[in-house]
Amino acid sequence: MLYHIGRYIMWHRMIFRRPENYRMYYKEVIRQMYDIGIGSLMIIFVVNVFIGAVTAVQFTYQLSGTFIPNYYIGYIVRDMAIIELAVTFTSIILSGKVGSNMASEIGGMRQKEHIDAMEIMGVNTSSYLVLPKLIAALIVIPLLVSIAAIVSIFGGYIATIYSGSFSHEEFIQGLRSFFNPFNVKMMYVKAFVFAYILTSIACYQGYFVKGGSVELGHASTRAVVFGIIVILIADYVIAVLLTG
Amino acid sequence: MIRAVDIHKSFGDTEVLKGIDFSFEEGKTNLIIGKSGAGKTVLLKTLVGLFQPTSGHIWYDDQNLSQLSKKELLKLRKKVGMLFQGNALFDSMTVEENIRFPLDMFSSQSLAEKTNRVNHCLERVSLPGINHKYPSEISGGMQKRVGIARAIILNPKYLFADEPNSGLDPKTAIRIDELLSSITKENNITTIINTHDMSSVMEIGDNICFVHEGKLEWQGNKSEVLNSSNQTLQEFIFASPFLKRLKRKALEHDKTQGQQD
Repeated sequence: MLYHIGRYIMWHRMIFRRPENYRMYYKEVIRQMYDIGIGSLMIIFVVNVFIGAVTAVQFTYQLSGTFIPNYYIGYIVRDMAIIELAVTFTSIILSGKVGSNMASEIGGMRQKEHIDAMEIMGVNTSSYLVLPKLIAALIVIPLLVSIAAIVSIFGGYIATIYSGSFSHEEFIQGLRSFFNPFNVKMMYVKAFVFAYILTSIACYQGYFVKGGSVELGHASTRAVVFGIIVILIADYVIAVLLTG
Repeated sequence: MIRAVDIHKSFGDTEVLKGIDFSFEEGKTNLIIGKSGAGKTVLLKTLVGLFQPTSGHIWYDDQNLSQLSKKELLKLRKKVGMLFQGNALFDSMTVEENIRFPLDMFSSQSLAEKTNRVNHCLERVSLPGINHKYPSEISGGMQKRVGIARAIILNPKYLFADEPNSGLDPKTAIRIDELLSSITKENNITTIINTHDMSSVMEIGDNICFVHEGKLEWQGNKSEVLNSSNQTLQEFIFASPFLKRLKRKALEHDKTQGQQD
């Protein structure tokens, strides 16, 4: 375990070397942005609509019969989505979808000797294969998280208004109450950190894969599992640091 | 010229290369032969710098590979071309993009200039007009030739090929051999080919190194290889029953000729 942590940290020196050709990296960043962003939009949309809806329905149930006013549901759904659910769920989903994809792509290149071929040409493969993915993820994942938060609140709105739990005005009043802009900042801090974690861990697993297709499958699984675990640890650390 | 001095390479407790010394001259087609598991691929990958030798030195002309700075190594890498056993063509790129990749990475030429160079290399390997096909749309033999075109795009001084004939029919294999040999002579480059194909050995082997169990067992040229007194080499060459029969017939023929004389 310590060996992998050490190698993962040392490997960053190779990733952040000066690119051989900025145009080639730029092209790769655009391709990755498309894959991560457009490719994940649908699943992020669907999952977050339901997360928002479930949050709203669940809190409506838990707060019914109490003296807490109805409009608090809008406030709870908003802050839950912004501070925690949108960013964490989106990152976990992307760790599964994008992370496993990156690990398989790079691992497949390792097995088919594509990485060796590039090395012989003089390409810094750690940088060429990983840096564009990191840059793309750091641009696109915060955008996806923003969409996820909005969609999640929308899901909560639909679930409560159309189930007749309370009125449109009450939900909107809740959304406008007790707003703290720092929560949005916290969401973006988490989004950047999680984007970095899921991408770098997935690329690490793919880049150093050894063996055949079974090992590639294991690497892909490890990319997802370690990605999620580290994201949740980082979530806790950020929460403690920023709210403590 | 490439020179290896006492190369050892181990993976864990397994020593694959056990002290190999040789030199490969420029303008010659140098072959590394040996049976599967003899350490040929490890040797080739060590020579090209993909594996670090456990001990020993590799010299590219007057440059010691293990003592080069990152900048010098990068400079040297641009003089090296390699054809991989599985071709290592990037599946998501067209033939043209594959061949152009080293130019895109390291050259400041315009797209038109790069395309001209790609077309020249494709013509050199007798595959004009397939620029926009993907590797999956062409045959194995054509993929090999595209791999050669990519390997020579930067006018390398050193060319490596790992099992260039594996999986090819005899006619295509001969074509690949001839291509590698003629490119070597035309450009006066140092070519090192890893093979266990005896027809390649007899056709293009200017300098042959026979590797057995991680050691250099024999070195010579194609005219010496058949008559070598090295028993292990003879067993390797005449492992096939067909060649054994052929050799027996040749010996019988020589004997009869001798008696008639």
